[in-house]
Amino acid sequence: MNAAPQQAPSATDRFAEAWAALLHGRVGDHGGTLTPGTKRRLVARTTALLHRARNEDPFDPALAEEVGALLVHAHYTDPGMLARVVELVQEPPLAEGRGPELAGAFAVGWAVTLREQTLHEQESIRLAADTARQGAERALNASEARFRALFESAAIGIGIGDLEGRILEVNPSLVELFGARTEDLEGRRVDDLVHPEDTPGVWEAYAELISGERNRFQVDKPYYRADGEVVWTNLTVSLIRDEDGKPQYQVAMLEDITDRYRLQERLRYQATHDALTGLPNRAAFFERLEALFEDPAPGARLGLCYIDLDGFKVINDSLGHEAGDQLLTAVAGRLAGALAPTGHLLARLGGDEFVVLLEHCRGEQQAVSVAKTVLDALSRPMAVGDNQLSVGASVGVLERTVATTTPMAAVRAADLTLYRAKEEGRGRWTVFDPGRNALSVSRYAVSVRMPTAMDRGEFFVDYQPLCALSDGSLVAVEALLRWRHPQFGVLGPDEFVATAEETGVIMPLGRWVLEQACGQAASWVRRFGAAAPQVNVNVAGRQTRAPGLVTDVARILSGTGLDPHRLQLEITESAVVGRDDESLKTLHDLVGMGVSLAIDDFGTGWSNLSYLRDLPVSGLKIAGSFIGDLNDPDRDEALGWRIVGGVVSLAHTLGLTVTAEEVETEAHAQRLRAMGCDWAQGWHYGRPVRPGEISRRIAESGLTR
Amino acid sequence: MSRPKWVPAGTDLDKPNAARVYDYYLGGSHNFAVDRAMARKAIELWPELPDIMRANRAFLRRAVQYMAEQGVSRFLDIGSGIPTFGAVHEIAREVTPDARVVYVDRDPVAVAHSRLLLKDDPLSEVVEADMRDVEGLLAEPAVADLLAPGEPIAVLLVAVLHFITDEEDPEGIVRRLHSAVPPGSMLALSHAGLEGRPDQAGPHQDLYARTPTPLTMRNRERITALFNGFELVEPGVVYFSEWHPENPAAVEAHPERMVGMVGVGRRS
Ligand SMILES: C[S@@+](CC[C@H](N)C(=O)[O-])C[C@H]1O[C@@H](n2cnc3c(N)ncnc32)[C@H](O)[C@@H]1O
Repeated sequence: MNAAPQQAPSATDRFAEAWAALLHGRVGDHGGTLTPGTKRRLVARTTALLHRARNEDPFDPALAEEVGALLVHAHYTDPGMLARVVELVQEPPLAEGRGPELAGAFAVGWAVTLREQTLHEQESIRLAADTARQGAERALNASEARFRALFESAAIGIGIGDLEGRILEVNPSLVELFGARTEDLEGRRVDDLVHPEDTPGVWEAYAELISGERNRFQVDKPYYRADGEVVWTNLTVSLIRDEDGKPQYQVAMLEDITDRYRLQERLRYQATHDALTGLPNRAAFFERLEALFEDPAPGARLGLCYIDLDGFKVINDSLGHEAGDQLLTAVAGRLAGALAPTGHLLARLGGDEFVVLLEHCRGEQQAVSVAKTVLDALSRPMAVGDNQLSVGASVGVLERTVATTTPMAAVRAADLTLYRAKEEGRGRWTVFDPGRNALSVSRYAVSVRMPTAMDRGEFFVDYQPLCALSDGSLVAVEALLRWRHPQFGVLGPDEFVATAEETGVIMPLGRWVLEQACGQAASWVRRFGAAAPQVNVNVAGRQTRAPGLVTDVARILSGTGLDPHRLQLEITESAVVGRDDESLKTLHDLVGMGVSLAIDDFGTGWSNLSYLRDLPVSGLKIAGSFIGDLNDPDRDEALGWRIVGGVVSLAHTLGLTVTAEEVETEAHAQRLRAMGCDWAQGWHYGRPVRPGEISRRIAESGLTR
Repeated sequence: MSRPKWVPAGTDLDKPNAARVYDYYLGGSHNFAVDRAMARKAIELWPELPDIMRANRAFLRRAVQYMAEQGVSRFLDIGSGIPTFGAVHEIAREVTPDARVVYVDRDPVAVAHSRLLLKDDPLSEVVEADMRDVEGLLAEPAVADLLAPGEPIAVLLVAVLHFITDEEDPEGIVRRLHSAVPPGSMLALSHAGLEGRPDQAGPHQDLYARTPTPLTMRNRERITALFNGFELVEPGVVYFSEWHPENPAAVEAHPERMVGMVGVGRRS
């Protein structure tokens, strides 16, 4: 066997293999970051160089150095790699003593190149960082320059402030808007800039903004200029936050809207003021009145004094229009002067009619005292031209809880009361009286139209919930008759039922209501079963006294298919007290059919309580005025509650269900509940509504049950 | 992002930065003391990190090569970082000498560095953009130009989507990119996986949570779902070394220990 010729190539091959394996190995090959081609070329080149370094004479260390450099350039920079190479290049067979030198040369090449490369990379990343920073600064400068230009030349006023509320910087437009100098504004506190006409809530919004709870708000705001003039602005304030969302600055932008504002004020003034007297006009009065009904507080009251001059027409006719106008102006001045301390709204409705609106009335006494003030103010003669004229007035006073009336009804009632004052003799005030008022309504318009109103379908029925005080559940609804009168708008029963009774229209009307209510109740039963409410229907005294009520009810019940137990008739104390046997028989017959009875408006008559025992009634409803009076500061509240408590316990000893009417607050509901009162009715539990609304409530309660 | 376009991101050199930390893992010196401190800390907790990064870089290399061999000559590399060596254009041009590459990164330093490196290369562009504002990214002139209707594109989202938090909607971003490229385009993606080293995932994410680029590792299902609308090429979503290994020995015994999951898909 000739081994020697093969041994040399085999040793070289072995070294080459080991070298290639090292460059391909896990430590060296970087997990394959080099392409196979690149790696093949690197292996070939370094193998060749090392071969020469190991074998060629004379030994040339530069060859090994080059290998070190090549490896670093190919990113073989792992120190573990260096150790392995140093080991491998010294493997025999190798020219005597060449090993350490060879390894050293490689290490020099590797280290020098690595150092250079490191320095180079450090330099290049620094350069990149500087470039990036300069770029950022340049962009920042550019953006700042852009912002500056915008700030300086903007047509709207811009101010920047810190979060302590100090103004830091203002632009020329803002300076001009304030008619001030820059130094007058910069450094000032934002909250110095209050104005008495600031929109309510604007400073709260500002505080929220400064504290970071709000990012922006916009409002029309007046400011005082340096010369004392007022400038109106559309103001937008924004909060500026940093990248982390922390508030940094506030920016205010102000647009001068003074001209627009003045014009708008002027227009508004003209629309709402009487040109002759300068007083608020009819439109302004109705706007304020209607606002009271928008969202009234429970128990809120209002008062109206309708004023009409006595004998104005005579003066106008004898002295002429001009004198008449002068007199009206003088009257307006007198009244305005006298009423100014009270703060109530005085308006001219037209002609010689004026009105005072008491928006937060404390009771009838207050309204009456305003009426007296009015009459007082006009008691002394007034200078008109060369004449001293005496002019009296009549005042109609209406005072009610907001909840029990409507704007139109209140105005109508006050107007009719005024006529009564005039009729009763001039120069006096008269207070609204519901009974008299109903009479007046009948006199003016009601009775004539009522018979045909039924045919024309002007009546309709609303329903008001009666709820169990224990859990608030809907137990019954009261059918409430409404008349959509073509002139007066929607009228409630207290405005026409008395007339209907007088004229007898109540008979067909009463039947119609019963039909409607029973039909509706039956349809609820069909739809909701046991969840359907009982229906309460008012029956007037005249109905209970007339023959035929029992047969009417029986016919209607069978016609509509309503279970008699679901019908309750509400009768008034006066309808039954001291009545003859005939009407008592009617009541007993009704109860015999399964219909139940309740006394309505209990307590208004303060009649003999003993009759309750003899009547076949199963419930009573405490008159709303009792509960309403609990709000009246002039009445003793504790006493009021004692009376209510007394009624409840009396009723319970008689086995009657007690309903409280006009319950408007949860506080009252709680108190009534504590007293053991059974049911409640009133705004707190729901206003009278269309039947569909009741259906929705039943359906909803079915869901939650 | 409320910062207006004309106010650039700060170049905050006091904080470690993903691109430069990554460079350190790879053995480069394009980094500062803060970056190294952070990287050393991470390596101390998880000594395999440098290997993982190399495996990632190796995948990038194989994927680019594969896509170039498939005939793609236009590359959009989003989250390109500091292309230390083996940059996309170099790899691609071994196959296709006229390959065009647009590098995109949101880090101004990485971008500045790339520009220094590539200033003489007419076929490469560097764009500073943030992929979270994907519309803004697509509207960049160089990107829009690259995407102008025509041949398929290769989109690279290598080791970058895990810097997008769930709230920033990585799926949505990829969906938008999908709709911006013509059929036949390819997506190569790598992403830190949750399952490979459940013991390390928590602490590692905690470490990044304190940097400007927090890290969200995701499971295989989420990562696979990122390819919605793309047809995955064989072998699907796998660990680094399992994807088109150059020889059987290149797949280590426990590929999952490198945690990164990768895949390449083609838009049908
Ligand atoms: C780990 S590096 C990956 C570099 C390269 N793709 C690779 O795999 O070798 C991640 C890069 O993504 C960048 N990056 C992170 N979030 C980004 C975003 N929202 N938009 C663009 N780039 C982003 C970082 O700045 C960093 O350079």
